[in-house]
Amino acid sequence: MIGFQIKRTLRAGIKSLWLHRLRSGLTMMGITFGVCSVIAMLAIGTGASQEALAQIEKLGSLNIIIQSVPPPEGQQADEETSRIREYGLTHQDAARIQDTIPGVVMSVPTRRVRQTVTHNAHRMDTDLVGTVPKYREINNITVLRGRFIEAMHLEKRAAVCVLGRNAAETLFPLGGAVGSYILRGEQRFRVVGIVTSFARGELSGKKLIGDPNSEIYIPLTTMNLFYGETTVFGSSGTRTFEKVQLHGLTIQVASLDDVRRVETVITALLKNSHDKEDYQIIVPLHLLVQARRTKRIFSIVLGSIAAISLLVGGIGIMNITLATVMERTREIGIRRAMGAKRRHIIFQFLTETVLLALVGGSLGIVLGILVPYLVEKFAGMKTIVTLWSLLLAFGISAAIGILFGLYPAYRAANMDPIEALRHE
Amino acid sequence: MALAELRDVWKTYQMGDTLLHALKAVNFTFEQGEMVALMGPSGAGKSTFLNLVGCLDTPTRGHYILGGRDISTLNDNQLSEIRATQIGFIFQSYNLIPQLNLIENIEIPLYYQGVSERESYERAVALAERVGLGHRLTHVPTELSGGERQRVGIARALASSPLIVLADEPTGNLDTKTGQQILDLLHELNEDGVTMLVVTHDSRIASSAQRVVQLVDGELTAWDASAEPWGTPT
Ligand SMILES: Nc1ncnc2c1ncn2[C@@H]1O[C@H](COP(=O)(O)OP(=O)(O)O)[C@@H](O)[C@H]1O
Ligand SMILES: [Mg+2]
Repeated sequence: MIGFQIKRTLRAGIKSLWLHRLRSGLTMMGITFGVCSVIAMLAIGTGASQEALAQIEKLGSLNIIIQSVPPPEGQQADEETSRIREYGLTHQDAARIQDTIPGVVMSVPTRRVRQTVTHNAHRMDTDLVGTVPKYREINNITVLRGRFIEAMHLEKRAAVCVLGRNAAETLFPLGGAVGSYILRGEQRFRVVGIVTSFARGELSGKKLIGDPNSEIYIPLTTMNLFYGETTVFGSSGTRTFEKVQLHGLTIQVASLDDVRRVETVITALLKNSHDKEDYQIIVPLHLLVQARRTKRIFSIVLGSIAAISLLVGGIGIMNITLATVMERTREIGIRRAMGAKRRHIIFQFLTETVLLALVGGSLGIVLGILVPYLVEKFAGMKTIVTLWSLLLAFGISAAIGILFGLYPAYRAANMDPIEALRHE
Repeated sequence: MALAELRDVWKTYQMGDTLLHALKAVNFTFEQGEMVALMGPSGAGKSTFLNLVGCLDTPTRGHYILGGRDISTLNDNQLSEIRATQIGFIFQSYNLIPQLNLIENIEIPLYYQGVSERESYERAVALAERVGLGHRLTHVPTELSGGERQRVGIARALASSPLIVLADEPTGNLDTKTGQQILDLLHELNEDGVTMLVVTHDSRIASSAQRVVQLVDGELTAWDASAEPWGTPT
C-alpha cells in the first residue's frame, strides 16, 4: 500500500486517540468488557461441563451400573402389614446376567452393611462393602498402599479389609494401617490395603450410592459368611426392616457397540424377574452423550450472550467514530485539499477504530484470563480458558474495529472537500 | 506554453428549480511565474474559480487544462493526486489542523505525496525557516498569532513544490499591518518564481501582482479600479 506509510499513520492515530483519552478509554471499555465476557463465559462453560464429562468418563463408558433402590411407595404390595420390605437385585439376577448375556465381560456385585468399626479409640460409622477383586478395575480404584481384595481372600473367606483413604485417616490418624486390625464388634479384620477413587456424588440427577473414599471393602464371600446372604437393616424407631441381597452390580461390556444392546437385554431381563421397580440402571455412555450435548448448548448460549455485549461495544465504537468524523469534518476537508485520496481518509479513521478495538480487546483478554481465575478461586467453580477462545476474542475485536469503523470512515471519505472546508 | 488554461468554463448550481451560474464562460490563461490578483464583490464566484483552478472541483461545462492535462475528465483519485503534487492552497482562516504542531502541519502535503519521513521533515524545517518561524517548530496552532498561522499556511502550500499556489483572501482575517507583511511574503515568493493566484479585497496587492482581474456576477474581466468601490480595502 504505497503512500499509506503504516508507521506514521499508526503514530498519528495513537496521537489523535490520546488527545481524547477519556473518550477513547470509555469507547475501548465496551470492547474490553465484551472480549472479557466472551472469554470468561466460555471458560466457565467449558470448565463446568468438562468436570461433568471427566466424572462420567471415570465411571467408564463401557460400564452399565445397576443399583438397588427402594421401590416407589404404592408399588409396595403389602405395605401396611409387612414388617420387612424386601427389594433389590438378587444373587440370581447377577448370575443370570453374567452367564446368559453375550458381550458381558465382567460383572461386579456389591453388598453394603452399615456398621460401626473401631481401631483403638478411633471409631467411625461407615459402609462395609462386600465385593470381588474386579471391583478395583471396573471402578477405577487406585491402590495407595498394600493391595486390593484378591481371589485368594475370596476363596478363604478371609477376614481382611481394604480401607478407603478417608476411612484410613479416621481410623489410623498416625498411619500404619496396613497389617493392623480393625474391629467390628468382636470380629477382627486385617487391613491389607488403602485405596482412593474419585468422588461420585450426583450424576445427571441420579444419585450414585456410596463414597468410595470412606468405605471399607471386604471379600463378598466373607460378608455372606458373617452377615448371611441378605442384608437386613432398620432402626428401632421404625416398624419396617429392609432386606436386600445385592446393592449394586456393575457390568462391563467388550466394546462401545455392545452397550446399548446389553442394556436392552438387562432391562428386559430385570423387568421379567422383578414385579416392582426396585432397581435403577445407569449407563455412563448415555450420560456422556447427553453431557456433551449440554456442553455444546451451554457454550452456544453463553457465547451468544457475550457476543451481544461485543456487538454493543462495536456499536459504541461506531457511534464515537461517527461523532469524531463530524467533529473533524474541516480536518478532512483540509487533508483532501492537500491531496489526500479517499482511501487515505478511510485508512486514517480505520486505523483509529482498529487501534481502539485491538487495545480494548487486549485488555479484555487480560481481564478474560483474570476473571475465570478469580471465579475459580473465590466461587470454587472450575474454569478452563482455552487458547482458541483467546484467539476467537482477539479476532472478533479486530473484526469489530474494521467492521464498525468502516461505515464512519467511508462517510468521512465521501464528504465533498469544498463543503468540508467550509464546515465550522 | 501556458501553465494552465480555462476555456469557456461554466460552473452552474441547481438551486431548486433555478440554475445559479457561479461562473459564466470564463476564459483565462496562467503563465509560468506570474502573480495574478483576483478581485470582486462577495458572491461573485471567486472561491468557485479558485476551487476549480485548484482541482477541488470540476467545471459544469468547458475545459480546464493544467500542465497539459484536461482536468474535466479526471476522477477523484487523479484529482487528489494533482492536488498533492501541483497545487498549494492558502486559506483565509488558515485551516491548520489543531492537534498537529507547526512542522506536522507543513508536512501534510508531503505525506500524501509519499515523501519519506526524514526528507519531509527536513523540507518542512527549511520552509518554516523560509517563512520566519524556524524558532517555533513544535508549537501548535493555538500557540501562534494570526500572522504566524498564515505563515505556516504559506509554508504548507509551498511544501509540495506546486505548479500554482492559490490563496483565498489570505489577509482577510489579519490587521492591516500583518496583512501587509503577508502580502510582502507572497510577493517575495513570487519573485523567487512561484506562480500565484491571490483572491483579495486588498488593492495593495496591485503593486505586486503582474495582472489584476475581477469577477463580477460570474464574469471574468480585466480590473477597472475607478469603477468599483469594493476594490478599496475595508
Ligand atoms: N455548493 C454550492 N451550491 C450552491 N450554490 C453555491 C455553491 N457554492 C457556491 N455557490 C454560489 O455561487 C456563488 C459564488 O460563490 P463563491 O464562489 O463562494 O463567491 P465568492 O467567493 O466570490 O464570495 C454564490 O452565489 C454562492 O452562493
Ligand atoms: Mg469566497
